[in-house]
Amino acid sequence: MFGSVPSTTPDPALISDASSPTRPESMISARGLQKTFGTFEAVRGIDVEVTRGEAFGFLGPNGAGKSSTMRMVAAVSPPTGGELRVLGLDPREHGSAIRSRLGVCPQEDTLDTELSVRENLLIYGRYFGLPRKDVAAKADELLTFFQLTDKRNEKVDNLSGGLKRRLTIARSLINDPDLLLLDEPTTGLDPQARHVLWDKLFRLKQQGVTLVLTTHYMDEAEQLCDRLVVMDGGRIVAEGSPLSLIREHSTREVAELRFGVGEHGDLAASVEDLADRVEVLPDRLLLYTADGEEAIARVHERGLTPLAVLVRRSTLEDVFLRLTGRTLVD
Amino acid sequence: MTSTRASGTAQPGTLEMLRRQLDYWWTAYRRTWKGSAITSFVQPWLYVGAMGVLLGGYIDEGGASLDGAPSYLAFVAPALLATTAMQVAAGEVMWPVMGAIKWDRTYHAMIASPLRVVDIVFGHLGYAMFRVTLTVLVFAGVLAVLGLITSVAGFVVALVGALLTGLAFATPVYGYSAGAKSEQGFVVIFRLAIIPMFLFSGAFFPVSNLGEPLQWLAKATPLWHGVELCRMGALGFWDSSMLGHLAYLLAISVAGIWWSVRRLDRRLVV
Ligand SMILES: Nc1ncnc2c1ncn2[C@@H]1O[C@H](COP(=O)(O)OP(=O)(O)OP(=O)(O)O)[C@@H](O)[C@H]1O
Ligand SMILES: [Mg+2]
Repeated sequence: MFGSVPSTTPDPALISDASSPTRPESMISARGLQKTFGTFEAVRGIDVEVTRGEAFGFLGPNGAGKSSTMRMVAAVSPPTGGELRVLGLDPREHGSAIRSRLGVCPQEDTLDTELSVRENLLIYGRYFGLPRKDVAAKADELLTFFQLTDKRNEKVDNLSGGLKRRLTIARSLINDPDLLLLDEPTTGLDPQARHVLWDKLFRLKQQGVTLVLTTHYMDEAEQLCDRLVVMDGGRIVAEGSPLSLIREHSTREVAELRFGVGEHGDLAASVEDLADRVEVLPDRLLLYTADGEEAIARVHERGLTPLAVLVRRSTLEDVFLRLTGRTLVD
Repeated sequence: MTSTRASGTAQPGTLEMLRRQLDYWWTAYRRTWKGSAITSFVQPWLYVGAMGVLLGGYIDEGGASLDGAPSYLAFVAPALLATTAMQVAAGEVMWPVMGAIKWDRTYHAMIASPLRVVDIVFGHLGYAMFRVTLTVLVFAGVLAVLGLITSVAGFVVALVGALLTGLAFATPVYGYSAGAKSEQGFVVIFRLAIIPMFLFSGAFFPVSNLGEPLQWLAKATPLWHGVELCRMGALGFWDSSMLGHLAYLLAISVAGIWWSVRRLDRRLVV
């Protein structure tokens, strides 16, 4: 038993630049990666390492450079500068070979809206050189997994946004990819649909698929990612597990105080000393402190009467606010 | 394991990549053939009927000189083979190409797979040429049955002429579409290029009827060369000028392919 060859023998191409076979297999390795559009620097030299089996996230506001990075990793957008290896290969030279082992869910759907749900899977599978029979079997398996079997003959045009998204992700799995790239997989979906998708992605992760996703949602990142980077303005501003980021960049609790419209800015000064840090949002004040209830009691002692109060744990949203001065979802 | 993975880095050739797109283009054809059947198979016969038979009746009475054609019908029908090839080819690489880039974004899906830009261009051009081939085969076949193409060799010459006409239009127009920001240019191409060529490039009257400068302009259009080839084949007499026509259309096609790949690459790979 112990003498048998492990079924996960690494691809020689992948370990070629790894110093020893025991080192985790590198799926993405970027150093000083840059992307420039004309004179505009969308990605300004980022370092990223993702190893096999990880779930890795890019978190950031609009325009942070998440999609630009994902497209470079997907070998559809040539890097302007820096070094990039995907599955151990250089996307400039081996783009087609890399793409044959990737699954990609782009930010904007690229389904063929004139075709049926099943046809979209069948035709896409053929681009990977898979025999018709294998594609058909895989398509049916994916339709079941993503609960699309009832809709298999429906024209994609007639599907809701959530179903289209599910189909896009299903399609990205048609070639049993080693690395799955998901650019905002759940943006625009209702909470129900998001939870369905999270469940599916979590299962894929358990099956050992390496996941890389971008998102605006901290709950999504917390649910799915082992490790993530926060991007802003083309740079990585923080990196770590969701918990370590919260520990490092925020307090244990947050007290949210809502006052009348327009009062938040003025009141901030009078509660400043009650917390480690106070953040002023248009509609509320955030008091960052280890003990939220205590802070609220002190606020009341000062004769201030907020219209509403709420104590909660710190989330990645707070980390994000701290690092970039902005909320994640505009 | 090792061997299957190793083959993952070997680049399959364009032929293999075209094979992988067959299912897509076959599905696309099945979905649109009804809509395109009128343009491809019916419209040419409206011209043959109106111009060749009806208008031709008057022209033949007048004893016009028609570059050696026995009747106006025999003069105009083979030319319509070339004009039809032009129209089918150009139509297939205008709105459908823009749709694949901008509206449906199907090219973006393709380029995320192992397919490369050159494979996508060849796939779409191949499909356009498939449609041109079907159209001109049917058209030329009926012309032969009507006795308007008289020899097998002539049939081949006319067919090659029509196919090359299609290619010489499909490729540069594809290049245009691949880089076009909006579809407004298509209408302009139709109004300022396709329709004037259709009317003045020797399909309906010998270009010698045009004055000196206009005549040279007409002879510079790819359609004129295509019309000449189709007519030579149908009437059954050709000479070494045939090679010039073939070379001209081939040169445009080769340049058009090069331009198409370059423009789509700039458009998709950013
Ligand atoms: N093809 C392009 N040409 C010019 N500028 C571009 C192009 N693609 C992206 N950009 C710019 O690069 C910046 C980063 O864009 P990117 O799409 O990577 O951001 P993002 O983090 O994915 O944002 P979002 O959350 O809105 O999707 C933006 O300012 C965008 O306008
Ligand atoms: Mg994006």
